Amino acid sequence: MSTTITMPQLGETVTEGTVAQWLKRVGDSVEKYEAFVEVSTDKVNAEVPSPVSGVIRELIAKEGETVPTGAPIAIIDEVGANAPGAPGAPPAGQGLRTEAARHEAEPARGSEAGVSLAPSRLGAPDAGGAPASNGAARRLETSGDAPEILRRVSPAVRRLAREHEVDLRRVPGSGTGGRITAADVIAAASRLAASAGAQLAAARAAAEPPAARPGFAAPQPGETLPLTQARRIIAQRMVESKRTAPHAWTMVEVDATNLWKWRESEKERFSREKGRTLTLLPFFIHAVVQSLRAFPLMNARFAEDGILVHREINVGIAIALDANLVVPVIRDADNLSIAGLALAAGRLIERARTGKLSADELSGGTFTVNNTGANGSILSAPIINGGQAGIVTMEAVVKRPVVVEGDAIAIRAMMNVCLSLDHRVLDGAVASAFLLDLKKRLQAMGPAGEL
Amino acid sequence: MALAPSAATTMTNVEAVRSTLYDALKHDPRTLILGEDVGARGNVFLITKGFLEEFGPERILDTPLAEASIVGVAIGMAMEGLRPIAEIQFADFIYPAFNQIVGEAAKTRYRSNGDYTCPLVIRTPYGGGVHGALSHSVSIEALFYHVPGLKIVAPSFPADIKGLLNAAIEDPDPVLFLEHKKTYRSVKGEVPAGHYTIPLGRAEVKRPGEELTVVSYGYNVHQALDAAARLADEGMSIEVIDLRSIRPMDRTTILASVRKTRKLLVIHEDSKFGGVGAEISAMVVEEAFFDLDAPIRRLCGPDVPAMGYAPTLESEFMISTERMADAMRELVKF
Amino acid sequence: MAKAMSAPAIERCGLSDEQLRWMLRTMLLARTLDNRGFQLNRQGKIPFATGSEGHEGIHVGAALAFRRGADVLVPYYRDIGLALGVGVEPFEALASMFARAADNSGGRQFPNHWTKKSSGILSISSIIAAQCSHAVGAAYAMRYRKEEGRAVLCTFGDGATSEGEWHESVNFAAVHKLPIVFLCENNEWAISTPRSHQMAIADISEKAGGYGIPGVTLDGANALDVYAAVKAALERARGGGGPSLVEAKCYRFLSHTTDDDDRTYRTRAEIERHRAQDPIPRFERLLLALGAIDEDAVAEMKRGVLAEVNELTDRVEALPYPAPAELYRNVYEGSHEPWL
Repeated sequence: MSTTITMPQLGETVTEGTVAQWLKRVGDSVEKYEAFVEVSTDKVNAEVPSPVSGVIRELIAKEGETVPTGAPIAIIDEVGANAPGAPGAPPAGQGLRTEAARHEAEPARGSEAGVSLAPSRLGAPDAGGAPASNGAARRLETSGDAPEILRRVSPAVRRLAREHEVDLRRVPGSGTGGRITAADVIAAASRLAASAGAQLAAARAAAEPPAARPGFAAPQPGETLPLTQARRIIAQRMVESKRTAPHAWTMVEVDATNLWKWRESEKERFSREKGRTLTLLPFFIHAVVQSLRAFPLMNARFAEDGILVHREINVGIAIALDANLVVPVIRDADNLSIAGLALAAGRLIERARTGKLSADELSGGTFTVNNTGANGSILSAPIINGGQAGIVTMEAVVKRPVVVEGDAIAIRAMMNVCLSLDHRVLDGAVASAFLLDLKKRLQAMGPAGEL
Repeated sequence: MALAPSAATTMTNVEAVRSTLYDALKHDPRTLILGEDVGARGNVFLITKGFLEEFGPERILDTPLAEASIVGVAIGMAMEGLRPIAEIQFADFIYPAFNQIVGEAAKTRYRSNGDYTCPLVIRTPYGGGVHGALSHSVSIEALFYHVPGLKIVAPSFPADIKGLLNAAIEDPDPVLFLEHKKTYRSVKGEVPAGHYTIPLGRAEVKRPGEELTVVSYGYNVHQALDAAARLADEGMSIEVIDLRSIRPMDRTTILASVRKTRKLLVIHEDSKFGGVGAEISAMVVEEAFFDLDAPIRRLCGPDVPAMGYAPTLESEFMISTERMADAMRELVKF
Repeated sequence: MAKAMSAPAIERCGLSDEQLRWMLRTMLLARTLDNRGFQLNRQGKIPFATGSEGHEGIHVGAALAFRRGADVLVPYYRDIGLALGVGVEPFEALASMFARAADNSGGRQFPNHWTKKSSGILSISSIIAAQCSHAVGAAYAMRYRKEEGRAVLCTFGDGATSEGEWHESVNFAAVHKLPIVFLCENNEWAISTPRSHQMAIADISEKAGGYGIPGVTLDGANALDVYAAVKAALERARGGGGPSLVEAKCYRFLSHTTDDDDRTYRTRAEIERHRAQDPIPRFERLLLALGAIDEDAVAEMKRGVLAEVNELTDRVEALPYPAPAELYRNVYEGSHEPWL
């Protein structure tokens, strides 16, 4: 049998809702309580769980369309996920594609919410069409107008929901008056864990086509962009970094003339032999890790019981995507040559752009490098990647007249290198010494060097 | 000082009091019993029957009818190194001794900064359900458990009575030993032979369970166990904790249980307002707020001065096993 | 040296010159410490003091009759001379006034609320007559353990004899014929309540008959009379003769405590009238008459007492208060925590 899903009333006094994003497509299977659409209202942005299990027959409302509360938005044929014989179900093999299959067929698309920043800490944001039941669920979004049932949760239920990362809106209540009991939450957590395995790999992949979607890629003046999960998480992490680490900032000017020459001399051969572009980034990272070796306190982390000086040097590269910021990590970067770094960085950037980064690739960073110069910037004040002691940028290389040996003036390719540091861990002396060391290394690089 | 070991004996609560007192008198020459009618009459419940003949009038002392001095004289004895066991014939008569208990005994060690101590036991029967009317039925623990320097125990089972009474007698500080008179002859149990003590301040899980914690003491414990057994037939798993000790009180056992079951029901015969349940509730909310899946419920006596003589008035005051089962069921299902 | 033939023989109760001088010095010490308490309070250095001025005769008479190392004293808060006389050091008296950590109660109690087990002084509270039943219990313990030659001396004021617990205590002691002496220091005033509002009889010793024990009234300003009476009573008690009630009348020259202003309830004239019976000048005159001391020695004794109290005052004042953490100790033998 079919069920018509109508626009829910997300909050008192709300009379309509906008379909922000379909999380399922026609033919997709959906489970009861699984999120299948993202709806925004002027009070709240929410993922709506399906009331039934079945297959999406029709998506009535379009993305971006605003409909009144109670208006139909979708039709679902109630059936088990793989029951081709059930009435109304499409024949087997058609339309009943798993998430993973669909993603394989559509590679190389950036996704606005495609990748998690730190899934181990925050839980993966909704990856396009990936079902939420990947073991890392959303946080409960409450507002003054949260549904009635959410206002009656006990302290134990709140805590258990948090610990098990269970969305209370999806938990049926078996207690008095439909109350969600602690036992209900625990049961829901078990169910989530049980269904996590099959979906895990799929959930990590990016999904949705970016076209015809409101958002950060093409914001319209006067428009209010609904917050995606990724944007929310970025916001959270940035605030937390600024709030916990007192940021100090310093910079040096680097004469990158020889470095530039070196790269120029190598880039064609590299591109031909390795099939990848050789940018200044790997050179920069290589110098950075040498300096980190010389100044281990730059590769550390502040904690209440002491400053942890990391053993490994895992360098994160900040990569801006359409509406997202990811920082994949090159592990043991000090073990790689410039060429090795170039290949590693290149691989990560490509996977970032196709939304294929894994949780492993996104975690474990001990220091971060940001190539702000690629955007033309000559000075940046970056925000430290949470928990690290510093973040360094390489700014644009600009030809400028500078004073050289003997008080002469020469035109040199100058590149500023900026450093934001966690002043709990570092003071100016160490930070400046580090930058000076880095500057020396960069200035010493030239065509005679080994990639 | 242990007696020759022999098999455990089945005895009632009142027999447990009697035999423990007997053993104490037998083996510790510092102990003596004083109170009204404890000698020739052998106590109004026959607890000390025969003691006068065996231990003599110096050790089984029939005092004048004057509660304040029963306790006051006992304090003086204790300060001078004896181990007096004073008896207040019914808890309802204890009020004249309030000054001596709260103002003197509880403060002896404290005000002398340890120069003097007061190793005193005050025993008294309390509680209703025995047609005792207004002056032979009250519970008094709420009046005294507030007092630092005093200890209070209220065991419900014979084996606990023996262990706790021994511990009270050996305790270097004043102990109020409460005996629920309705359990005197109605509760029977196995009591191990030989001398043993149960440390003050330890509750005991008398029935383990998963869905609800019930904390109680005195006569109510037995009713709570009955109710829990009935509800087990309905598929409910209810944990019953016998507090045993009111001051100090066992936070560890209570919290471990509440963290497991997430629900708490406190039952006591004493009036609800300001009763022992209030302190338990406050402590649990302070320490285990995030473990609670339901409001804490207290099922207690009504806030009236005492139970009446008429059977309807008495049964209205006393908490029935039925009401306990209803309260338990409701909380389990919450 | 020839004595004057006409001088009547003065009863000295068989006491040596040394004992008599000890009594005088103890009285002087008690009064000086008392006054010092009031002075320190008026200086703002201590919040509170109680004075025993007028009781010194009773104090030293009873103290000398008390057998150190055997008897137990259960005093009340107007017994500084008695406490000093049975073993409390002046240092301890000042430490209690200044509420220093060195005080026997650790600074917990009001001044003059003694505790000193090593001298046989029971710990007391401020509650009038509450100590009387303890005294009875202590006497019972002595008899219970068949300890010979021991007795309890229990002191209290006239107001205490109105308390129900006083009645219960004396009754209990009498029923059981316990080795105890109830010594009433009747100074005619219970704060502002004169004896006439406290009881319908003139002499407290009249109450003794109601309990079937002997009672005696005497002039408390006469230290030797007190000594003789208390000695007899204690010997009777120690010998198994049971309790007795000794009423020693005196006069309270000062207000009840530094927080009381006696001008609101009695006249200066009345106080002046009683000053004539001040026990200390009387005892001085007695000792001089007995030749137990001379004028110079008296003056020297007074100087010495003042010097001792002055030196001790400075020494004790410099000592520390108890640390705040001390508040939590000795509630029970173990931790003070009600939740385990």
